[in-house]
Amino acid sequence: MTTAAPPIVSFRDTVKTFPATAGLVRAVDGVTLDIHAGEIFGVIGYSGAGKSTLVRLINALEPVTSGAVLIDGKDITGLPESELRRVRAGIGMIFQQFNLLASRTVAGNVAYPLAVAGWPRDRRRARVAELLDFVGLADKARQFPSQLSGGQKQRVGIARALATNPRILLADEATSALDPETTQDVLDLLRRVNAELGITVVVITHEMDVVKYTCDRVAVMEDGKVVEHGDVYSVFARPQHPATRRFVGTALRDRPSPAALERLRHRHPGRIVTVAIREDGAATVDLTRALREHPIDGTVVYGGITEIAERPYGSLTLELAGDDAAITAFIEDLSRSTTVLDLGTAAAPLADPDAVGPRASAFSSGDQGGDAR
Amino acid sequence: MNRDTDWGYLAPLLGKAFGETLQMVSVALLFAGVFGLALGIALYVTRRGNFFANRAVFTVLNVLVNFVRPIPFVIFIFAVGPATMAVVGKTIGTEAAIFPMAIMASFAFSRLVEQNLVGLDPGVVEAARAMGASRWRIIWSVLIPEALGPLILAFTFLVIGVIDMSAMAGIVGGGGLGDFAIRHGYQRFNWEVTAVAVVVIVIMVQAVQVLGNVLSRRVLRR
Repeated sequence: MTTAAPPIVSFRDTVKTFPATAGLVRAVDGVTLDIHAGEIFGVIGYSGAGKSTLVRLINALEPVTSGAVLIDGKDITGLPESELRRVRAGIGMIFQQFNLLASRTVAGNVAYPLAVAGWPRDRRRARVAELLDFVGLADKARQFPSQLSGGQKQRVGIARALATNPRILLADEATSALDPETTQDVLDLLRRVNAELGITVVVITHEMDVVKYTCDRVAVMEDGKVVEHGDVYSVFARPQHPATRRFVGTALRDRPSPAALERLRHRHPGRIVTVAIREDGAATVDLTRALREHPIDGTVVYGGITEIAERPYGSLTLELAGDDAAITAFIEDLSRSTTVLDLGTAAAPLADPDAVGPRASAFSSGDQGGDAR
Repeated sequence: MNRDTDWGYLAPLLGKAFGETLQMVSVALLFAGVFGLALGIALYVTRRGNFFANRAVFTVLNVLVNFVRPIPFVIFIFAVGPATMAVVGKTIGTEAAIFPMAIMASFAFSRLVEQNLVGLDPGVVEAARAMGASRWRIIWSVLIPEALGPLILAFTFLVIGVIDMSAMAGIVGGGGLGDFAIRHGYQRFNWEVTAVAVVVIVIMVQAVQVLGNVLSRRVLRR
């Protein structure tokens, strides 16, 4: 990562409030964050976390309430509308609902920002052809948006956003309205935009898979605040904040939900533990060794191992059979190299504080999983 | 039915009345198309949350439109007499009828325009802003083209309303088909004349509606 140049986007204690029926809503609440040139930066959060507002501060579609937003080291807060238009023209944006002009053809949509930027007609035509070629829609130039599929519409949106050679591309939930396969195509295109054109991409999403697949670094937002940020693997491999842990859990589904744990306890009344699998901790090799060396039986009853940022990540849940002392020794041994979460037994259950998914039934054991919020 | 209706005498009068209606309706519509569109756009862009949001301006425009719209046209045509005098120079005749028609039609159209713009997806406006388009550019290159289909239908609706207004122009000596139907038909107990005038008006309205439907369908790409 380059440190010489100033960050391409920089938030400095940025606050954005909106008037609401009961006082003010702090949609963005004191965010300080740097996005570096050339990276794909993800902002992940549940709806209402403030991520869409945050991204609209970058191209000044919304003015900040306090604090600053710097583009290339230049503070854009408080600039007059005419100068903000110039800033916006240098930043492309794509949207969840595509926001194409229904009254214009595909070519007309892509040409629109060029007309705004004052390009002469013949250069516009050449540029439109070049862009449609880049996104693979050269044959659709004369069609209208209503004749296209969702994925094609988003590719038109990307071509339009890239028309004036912006240095930054903002993608606001750009794949949330698409099916999984089309999502993959659009994410691949965003990666190409980043790799081939060197454009900094800011991806707003509520889907962990999107971040996992495309982003170099990520910020996790909750209640208008960035609760955690850093490179994708370290944020998701060692999540510090409950919101991050929930995202990791929803993407992987490697840990039993409270309801699944309840069913597990019926089938496996013994001691249940969840062992984290990390590249730098206990790989499965370590687990195998511990199982061999201790006089207990371990049966895998739940789990999943996948990759984040192309590195292994996941967890395995085991039922341990043996006497209590041996089980305790096993857990202590394994805890030296990885995180082991003790879920107790059916008779004396312990909850997973970061469990996600369906809750246990109300009739289950008194200690119900899930964090109370 | 009156057996000895003298169409030799009435036909030229009907033709003249038709011409007067055409004149009143077209001039009033020309005016309403321009001013109603401008006023409707002004109402839309000054609304809360839109890009010229201005509570004071919006409230004044809104109250003004709401003040004029409910006045029955028969009363309005007299009520604006002094203004008609100031602008047209007389309060009697076809030209004098056009002025109140144009005003009333403008206010009516402004509401229709506003409604259609409010129905637009704000996302396309946001996309245009994100590309650095100025607010004036957004008005003529996004708002109007994107709403053009519904706007044509709204204008068609307006045409028919204005034809309706023109029927009352006789009160101030404006002539037209309505006046013809009342004077030569209703007041002389001649249902035949009234029926003919009605048929002419119905044909006009039908033709306008068909034209409006065709044009809006051509513009709408859905």
